[in-house]
Amino acid sequence: MLRLGQDEIAKYPFLADAGDYLKDKGFSIYDFGKDPVLKITVEKAVHRITTATDGKIYKSDLIDGQASKDHILELEVFSFLLAIILIKISHMPTLVRRFALAEARRAESYLKKDLGRASNPQEIDLLKKIIFELSGIEVIKQDDYFTISIPDYLKQSAAFNEKEWKLVNRHVEDGKVFLNSEKIVRLLRKEISVYISSKINKSPTPEMIPGLETEVDNLISLGKRYTPVFVSTGEYPPCIKHAIQVLEKGENLPHAGRFMLATFLLSKGQSVQQIAPLFKNAPDYNERITLYQLNNLAGTSASGTQYFCPSCQKLQSQNLCFATPDCDNIINPTQFGRKKK
Amino acid sequence: MQEPDIQFLENSFKKYYFDHFDLIKVPQRIPEREFGYQKFGSGMIRHIPIKDDKQLHLLLIQNIPSDVYCSNGYYTFPNLPMNEKDWKGADLIFDIDAKDLNLPCRNDHTVSVCSNCKKISKDISKCTECDSGKLEKKSLPCKNCIDGAKKETEKLVDVLTNDLGISKENIQVYFSGNEGFHVYVYDLAFQELGPRERSDLTDYILFKGIIPETFGIGKYGSDKKFFPNFGEKGWRGRFSTYIFGSKSKRNKILGEILANGYSSFQKTLDAAAKSIGVKIDPNVTADIHRIFRLPGSINSKSGLSKIQCQDLIKFDPYGDSSFLSDETVEILADCPVEFRLKGKKFGPFNNEKATVPTYAAVYMICKKLASIA
Repeated sequence: MLRLGQDEIAKYPFLADAGDYLKDKGFSIYDFGKDPVLKITVEKAVHRITTATDGKIYKSDLIDGQASKDHILELEVFSFLLAIILIKISHMPTLVRRFALAEARRAESYLKKDLGRASNPQEIDLLKKIIFELSGIEVIKQDDYFTISIPDYLKQSAAFNEKEWKLVNRHVEDGKVFLNSEKIVRLLRKEISVYISSKINKSPTPEMIPGLETEVDNLISLGKRYTPVFVSTGEYPPCIKHAIQVLEKGENLPHAGRFMLATFLLSKGQSVQQIAPLFKNAPDYNERITLYQLNNLAGTSASGTQYFCPSCQKLQSQNLCFATPDCDNIINPTQFGRKKK
Repeated sequence: MQEPDIQFLENSFKKYYFDHFDLIKVPQRIPEREFGYQKFGSGMIRHIPIKDDKQLHLLLIQNIPSDVYCSNGYYTFPNLPMNEKDWKGADLIFDIDAKDLNLPCRNDHTVSVCSNCKKISKDISKCTECDSGKLEKKSLPCKNCIDGAKKETEKLVDVLTNDLGISKENIQVYFSGNEGFHVYVYDLAFQELGPRERSDLTDYILFKGIIPETFGIGKYGSDKKFFPNFGEKGWRGRFSTYIFGSKSKRNKILGEILANGYSSFQKTLDAAAKSIGVKIDPNVTADIHRIFRLPGSINSKSGLSKIQCQDLIKFDPYGDSSFLSDETVEILADCPVEFRLKGKKFGPFNNEKATVPTYAAVYMICKKLASIA
């Protein structure tokens, strides 16, 4: 288990063991519903959640990353732990996602500063251990940079859609990717968020805390407000239109293009029988093989595996993307034309 | 393909698997792999588990496959359908194919077989007999094509060792048995990568997706000190050599790049990708469930074996990977292009009877340009 100083616990409260921490301090979660002294902690916990839900980062009372007094440290950690408990009781997945992401971004800002100014080996070592605890990734300090292995980098950067995160846009040498403190921390945001989400999801859901019913009701209303409902215009994205045009002209659409087209149409609810005639013009059309392959993609064949439309990034790699401004930064063709209600 | 041709090919392949099983490279962790094979004139049989080399030998001798494949993936249950196999990892494999190089010589040694009337012709745009556009193209690659593919393979090995830090001992290069090379990377750290990660890795190797900002050229201002220079490692050094040619030209060319601006430099980068990027097939590398031709097995597109190249420069695919017998056989050949095997020249044949060694007969029959007389 990672041994942390009190400043680290305040900055990275999700690394502390919640149950043990409360017990060590002589508290039970039910104290928060009845003890007026703890009201400030409840308010702070709710504030942490509402700020996160609003897409903002909660500003703590730490001064330059340090807990100046013991009670500030307690407030920081208690409010985090109580926020998790309230989210669990409210049963709103939107709140879990938003809270985990906002807390990850908060931790990210501390981690970035800490990495940037860490100079002695002990400080660097502790930060490396924190990163390893959060992500399982080994970071090495090399001159002014932090390096990670290429496989580790790829596993993280695959979640990014911005081109600057593609490996080709990074300094790569001898199997290592070189990153500054800002980039390494940004790269790990998802891992931190996943770490926090998984801590929330794994922690038991307590019974309603008497005295906090109003707070929980308000959080449920908040969660509902942020649960998106989508409507679709029904128009096809340019990559799909292009693929259909190629087939209509009787030209050859590469295998990856056929895969994209078929999985896209299947995702829009079309049946194998509706899709099959589209391929009739292909130079190598064979009805039996087409139906077999479509059934395979739809998951209606023996294997039962259903295949999904590839991401925009993959389609770019395959030269199948013909993006227009209407694509509006979607990351999968199936999102094209989808608007929030 | 006619029955006598199939019979002839099967006999030749059987003899090879009987005499040359030592050439079959039994893959590591064999019980965790999925095997598959095809017989002449029938579909693919997949999801076959093999527990050791003896069982593999038996499969080859008993079934005499036209092509035999082994997964790059490792599974807990290789015999089950794909979604139940429990994927554990996959070797990182690259495919370099001469046909993707689009060399100008290609048209000179590609023939077409009409899907309608079976007419064989050097015209690859339409059938000279019935005007049909449905043509099956058969290439008989020349030395120039193989040299082009070798050059790309060398470029790939350079990126793998210097940029990705993979040791040479963990890289194996194979001639595919037709017109390209397969490069295998045996490195535990890369085996766990999924398709998205492999796809980004292929873009790195293709030098694809690079943006001007990476080299210090921004939309609203540029910084010369971030521009690549000679002697730098990785793509920065390679790009410097490509764009400047020599050190004396650096200042002048860099000045032009800065003056021409962001969009122009993006076009320069895209053009560079086509020139200096390694021409691998990105779909092959990104596929973690693919079955690849088994090293040492015969490729039914040519009758040549997929053989490891210990020395890529010296490797002569049309001599070093041809292991079928020299025994002569009479064939009816319609092969309008000349080709060389084992140092001997064959063809062109204009729908005529010819007596040729088995390896040459197999080569033409595999390409549908001949049949047993």
